[in-house]
Amino acid sequence: MLHLNDITLRYGDKTVVEHLSLSLEPGQIGCLLGASGCGKTTVLRAIAGFETVRDGAIVLDGATIADAQRSVAPELRHIGMVFQDYALFPHLDVAGNVAFGLGALDRAARRARVDELLALVGLAGQGGRYPHELSGGQQQRVALARALAPSPRLLLLDEPFSNLDVALRERLAQEVRAILKAAGTTAILVTHDQHEAFAVADVVGVMADGHIRQWATPYRLYHEPADRFVADFIGEGAFLPGRFVGPQCIEIELGEICRTVPFAGQPGDTADVLIRPDDIQHDDASPTRARVLTKAFRGAEFLYTLELPSGARVLSLVPSHHDHAIGEAIGIRAEIDHLIAFARGE
Amino acid sequence: MADHALNRPIPLPGHSPRAVAHRRHAGRGIALTLPIALLTLVPLLVVLASFLSPQPAVWTHLAHYVLPDVLRNTALLIGGVGCGVLLLGVSLAWLTAMCEFPGRRFFAWALMLPLAMPAYVLAFVMVGLLDFTGPVQTWLRAAFGGSGWFPPIRSSGGVVLVLSLAFYPYVYLLARNAFATQGRRALEAAQMLGVSRRKAFWRVAIPMARPWIVGGLTLALMETLADFGAVSVFNFDTFTTAIYKAWFALFNLPAASQLASLLVLFVLALAVIEQRVRGERLYHARAGGGERIALRGSARWGAVAWCTLVLLVAFVIPMIQLGHWVAQVWADDFDARYPAFIGRSVLLAALAALLVMALALALAYARRRYRDAGTRWLVRLATLGYAVPGTVLAVGVFIPIAWLDNLLLAALQPLGFDGFQVLKGTVAVMLLALAARFLAVGFQPVDSAMQRITRNQEEAARSLGLRSRQVVARLHLPLLRGGLLTALLMVFVDVMKEMPITLMTRAFGWDTLAVRVFEMTSEGMWDRAALPALFIVLAGLLPVMLLTRHGAPE
Repeated sequence: MLHLNDITLRYGDKTVVEHLSLSLEPGQIGCLLGASGCGKTTVLRAIAGFETVRDGAIVLDGATIADAQRSVAPELRHIGMVFQDYALFPHLDVAGNVAFGLGALDRAARRARVDELLALVGLAGQGGRYPHELSGGQQQRVALARALAPSPRLLLLDEPFSNLDVALRERLAQEVRAILKAAGTTAILVTHDQHEAFAVADVVGVMADGHIRQWATPYRLYHEPADRFVADFIGEGAFLPGRFVGPQCIEIELGEICRTVPFAGQPGDTADVLIRPDDIQHDDASPTRARVLTKAFRGAEFLYTLELPSGARVLSLVPSHHDHAIGEAIGIRAEIDHLIAFARGE
Repeated sequence: MADHALNRPIPLPGHSPRAVAHRRHAGRGIALTLPIALLTLVPLLVVLASFLSPQPAVWTHLAHYVLPDVLRNTALLIGGVGCGVLLLGVSLAWLTAMCEFPGRRFFAWALMLPLAMPAYVLAFVMVGLLDFTGPVQTWLRAAFGGSGWFPPIRSSGGVVLVLSLAFYPYVYLLARNAFATQGRRALEAAQMLGVSRRKAFWRVAIPMARPWIVGGLTLALMETLADFGAVSVFNFDTFTTAIYKAWFALFNLPAASQLASLLVLFVLALAVIEQRVRGERLYHARAGGGERIALRGSARWGAVAWCTLVLLVAFVIPMIQLGHWVAQVWADDFDARYPAFIGRSVLLAALAALLVMALALALAYARRRYRDAGTRWLVRLATLGYAVPGTVLAVGVFIPIAWLDNLLLAALQPLGFDGFQVLKGTVAVMLLALAARFLAVGFQPVDSAMQRITRNQEEAARSLGLRSRQVVARLHLPLLRGGLLTALLMVFVDVMKEMPITLMTRAFGWDTLAVRVFEMTSEGMWDRAALPALFIVLAGLLPVMLLTRHGAPE
């Protein structure tokens, strides 16, 4: 459906994105996740046609829409875009905004399409209101309806939730996913917020310095990060020093753990093992004791930072009825379903 | 977001593909703006050229008979009117923006009303009122048997008073804006640090508002230097009247243009100051809006008295006097010529307003579309005309037109053309000079409307399938409508009020309302000047209404 083949993007002499590739299936929602300045918005704008591709190609539905030589004009790409500030047209009412890209249809068809879209985004009957009369969440839905109205082949969303407050953000993220799935739209979202990425996207690319470090489902990004950067960037966790003791096993302070897929490291090599907070279970019966260093109350759970006898630290998520004092030693047990280890110096 | 920072409308110079794209189009931006900039640049350069090629005979004459008086009077005006507008503008702005007293909301907008009254109208009304034969002194003599102690209005003091009353709104508007946005927090912070409120005014409020106050002051001084009608009423010789006399009384165009070149140097210095302080105006977040210092006791009534006094003298009394005169002469004076005066004024103002609106739209669009340095500078130069006095523009436009006329005549006479002028004295020539003078007035609202359109809105329109031309029609024009209408109205009224350009470049007998005012006042017939003046003031009230409706504008 959409393929970015080895694209390079530059501002003048400064390379912003280099040799980046990704593919989306029809109906799939992708996400580029990364910190400010990683180049994710530039990629989005290149797909929309607002930035020039210096090398490589962007292919949509089997046709090249941009490469180093040619670039299809943005208005001819049939790609919709939802902007961070929504960029609604203040001189048009909601219906006028949604109908803006429907020039090819006759009046009746246009009205029907507008009504259909407004119903889809939950704003049925609000077509006569003006953008300044709407709340931020409503403006966001209008922007979405406007971009979806001409049935774009691909929808781009540039930090669409960053102007909303946190509570609304989570709800809208799920709603937007439902709307896109209902419309069967292929889409790419750009965000710096992993919760948003996980809530909306089927597949997420973690970006840093103009490269995609890993392109995978949210589940795999969290449990099977491809490298240290992704492991650090996604979710919480700590690294414990360990030593390979066999092709599939590794020994750490909490015991020997194995997995079915062999490691790349040689037995005897030192390694760092990723320990997620959900890998450490609180178990009063366990002989392994750890001292509580800090604790953060999260409602249903406490997130404890624990110190092992060696001085190494791990995080543990514990149901909040286990309220332990700081300094207290508690029993823990490692229960690691996804064993991730990076050889030292990797 | 840093990667958003790269996408801001103002790109890092030469560091984005967009900038490269603009460089490719750079020629187009210049091609669009250069012809418009020439409208201002040609007259300015023609006048400046005469400064660079002085004619000794002309200069000796000027240095002997004209310059001593003119220079002294100009210095007096700059000093006197400068102090006057600062005193009036800053005090009234402080009271209406920061203090609470009875009638504050009324005074806040009513004190802008003098903007509607051209300085030359205020001038002749004041002279008519306060002169020896005027109603005030006549009454004083009847009541007290003498008025010899009454200060003469036809004096330097009188001119300074009238121009200060006419031009203080520039300082008032900008200073009030500054005071209202800086809020009371800064003052309170100073008081917490042990400074009295009175000291805090001088040490905090005034320095914070300085860029606005200086901006208003330079605008008021530009108007002072450009004023022709008011000083004519007083027979107070300045550069503008000297230019007019050199041209129309002595028929010495070289002398007129030498004088104009000197005047241009003065106003360009002011324009540089004005542009510089504009850059210093950083907008403070509005802190604690609406809280004001509640005045008590004598301060309270003192504030009411001061606002009332200024409003009465600068607007109410002159309006009553105008109405009184009009009632006296209406039956005799309003005759068949008036529809013609009004018609010409309206025609000229409407044509100039449409022309300026179109040029302003082109400039604002060019500035947005082509961001190269050449285009940016040409836009600034094109809008420099607001600083150049009408008398100077009239000379600067007339000289090249006369030269062109001679060429045309030489070419046309063999073909049987027997006129003595082709372009001279046509409405087109007047329009060129008026457009140069008022382009900035029209450009400002159009450009600020253009700035409010975000790049994301343009890109949203394009991603919805619109070509760039369709984006102009369906996004830019509808969103610019308010700005374009404001530009139209402001220029229309400014041209209605304008006197020297119309007077000096019109065809013989092509009289407008403003020209009629000049002719009646130059013969001292105040009552007969009142009728056309009243029409002009009423038209002038329109943009003041617009200003008050939009609150405190820039």
